[in-house]
Amino acid sequence: MAKLGRLRAARPGDAAGLIVLALLFVLPLIAWWTGHRFYVDFGTRIVIYALIATSLNLILGYGGLISFGHAAYIGIGAYTVGISAFYGFDSGLLHFPLAIAVSALFALLTGAVCLRTRGVYFIMITMAFAQMAYYLFQSLDEYGGDDGLTIYNRSTLPGLDLDHRPQLFLVAFVSLVIVLYLKYRLVNSRFGMVLQGTKANETRMIALGHNTYAFRLAAYVIAGAVAGYGGALLGDFSSFIAPSMMGWTRSGDLMFMVILGGAGTLFGPVMGTVVILVLEEYLGPFLAWFADLFHVHQAVPNIEHDWQLPFGLLLIAVVIYQRGGLNGLIERFGGRQ
Amino acid sequence: MDTGLLVTQLLNGLQLGVLLFLLASGLTLVFGIMDFVNLAHGAIYMLGAYIAAKLTLALGSFILAVALALPIVAVIGLILERFVARPLYRREHLDHMLATFGLLLVLDSLAQIVWGPDSVSVPLPLWLRGQVTLTSGIELPAYRVVIVASGLVIAAALYWLVNHTRIGMLIRAGASNRTMVSALGINIDLLFAGVFAVGAVLAGLGGMLIAPITDAAINMGNDIIITAFVVIIVGGVGSMKGAFVAAMLVGLIDTMGRSYLDGLLKLFMPLTAAETAAPALAAMLIYILMAAILALRPQGLFPPKTR
Repeated sequence: MAKLGRLRAARPGDAAGLIVLALLFVLPLIAWWTGHRFYVDFGTRIVIYALIATSLNLILGYGGLISFGHAAYIGIGAYTVGISAFYGFDSGLLHFPLAIAVSALFALLTGAVCLRTRGVYFIMITMAFAQMAYYLFQSLDEYGGDDGLTIYNRSTLPGLDLDHRPQLFLVAFVSLVIVLYLKYRLVNSRFGMVLQGTKANETRMIALGHNTYAFRLAAYVIAGAVAGYGGALLGDFSSFIAPSMMGWTRSGDLMFMVILGGAGTLFGPVMGTVVILVLEEYLGPFLAWFADLFHVHQAVPNIEHDWQLPFGLLLIAVVIYQRGGLNGLIERFGGRQ
Repeated sequence: MDTGLLVTQLLNGLQLGVLLFLLASGLTLVFGIMDFVNLAHGAIYMLGAYIAAKLTLALGSFILAVALALPIVAVIGLILERFVARPLYRREHLDHMLATFGLLLVLDSLAQIVWGPDSVSVPLPLWLRGQVTLTSGIELPAYRVVIVASGLVIAAALYWLVNHTRIGMLIRAGASNRTMVSALGINIDLLFAGVFAVGAVLAGLGGMLIAPITDAAINMGNDIIITAFVVIIVGGVGSMKGAFVAAMLVGLIDTMGRSYLDGLLKLFMPLTAAETAAPALAAMLIYILMAAILALRPQGLFPPKTR
């Protein structure tokens, strides 16, 4: 296994992933030293979503479990921080373990039902349960309901100050690296092998004596717990939480991050997250600039907000023409050299 | 208990049920035959509402607008089938979900470019604005009665189409064995395109019917589509009968839960606790129903026999 691990690390997709990860570390810090605070925040957001996408990749890419409800854990994690802070509990030593525990519990309860089903049922049920969580938080008027909840005090951690942007960024980045490392170890462990085996051929895994349901449920709970931790970080980062951050279209974005980057690869979701969040941020202004260039901006005055149109077309094109995602693309071109 | 309120809430529940059926029947028809999952189905519902709204404002007649909007939505359905759905039939469900999610983003933002971000209200003809008086002096909004009645008529028509016509026979045959149907010389591309268009028309009609009540709005399809998924999961994916029963069940339970749950909880809970818990529980009710049914019957209430 160790030998296989070394071989995998040498693949061009992983090399590209390491470069992206290094840039994700260096660029926000340079931005901080040169006074571009916006880019520190942007980097933090990318890192947190990359962590959440990585957790989805564990079940989607390696387990073949197409969960269309992963954004629910963002909301659960973020609301755990928000509601604790609402009652005056500010300690991160409480927030983060609690967010992980609540998310794991939600994953355990819903996963136990979802995993009884297969295929398209599974997709729709994960979606439905996530929407249930969405409506639940929307109906809680005490915590802002549809309007959301402002977190006035970020989580406190001993020796750290999360109000200081580079420190929040570093906490998020270190978390991402740890999660990537743990995922790497997990996927190449016996557990990971069985999980990938259930994706490839469940009957054979059952014949080999594995309880595939239990393996899937364990993976589902781990993915939910990690995503909940990401959600808690996101709550601390944005200091404002609303049900909209866990809407089902957000789950779709998360899935696209994984698929675009390359499902079932180590760094694919990180690359996918970078591309999607950069597009989300800059596609609109780029379109506006492009429209100005051809003097047609007047015809489409709202084009800055219409970035979803080319984004959606890209998504359709990726699905129809480039199934391996970015990682597959890099491997294909990198492999020839 | 106030009988008038109860009857009104029952009607509202049936109305939601009818809308859910219009969406779920199209979804389940397309899934049952092409094995294709369409997330953009809710966007077609939204397009139907907008097209009918704009035509009503242009022509001055809601009925005429709906009559014109239906073939337009059918054509949109045919175009989407040809360029997005057809290349993906042989792919995995994951690919269907992602591509149609992209399609949903495209259709939502196209609608926003063409019609702007504001919602559009739809004026009803005078004769539909009034109330229908029941025997015991209970008044019901005429238009809501019309929605429920037309939904039931459509359900009956679909039942007849699927079970008693040659096309229906082909549809059922296609659902149970696609290869055999095409081997018998049936043009399967044409059949698939037709079924997709019928699904689009049903969803579009749902949007048109609800537009005078809720207005046509960009995101209107994105909420209800998930509830429609709950309906077809509960009913059994691919089953028309299941879609109908589950749509009515979900529509009634959701509406009744929202109106009566706090009263029910107050019977055995402190007042303030009931007032907090009731909306939260009402919001989760249909999902709890879904989980309960799945725990007992993982294939839904009426799973199709052939799958």
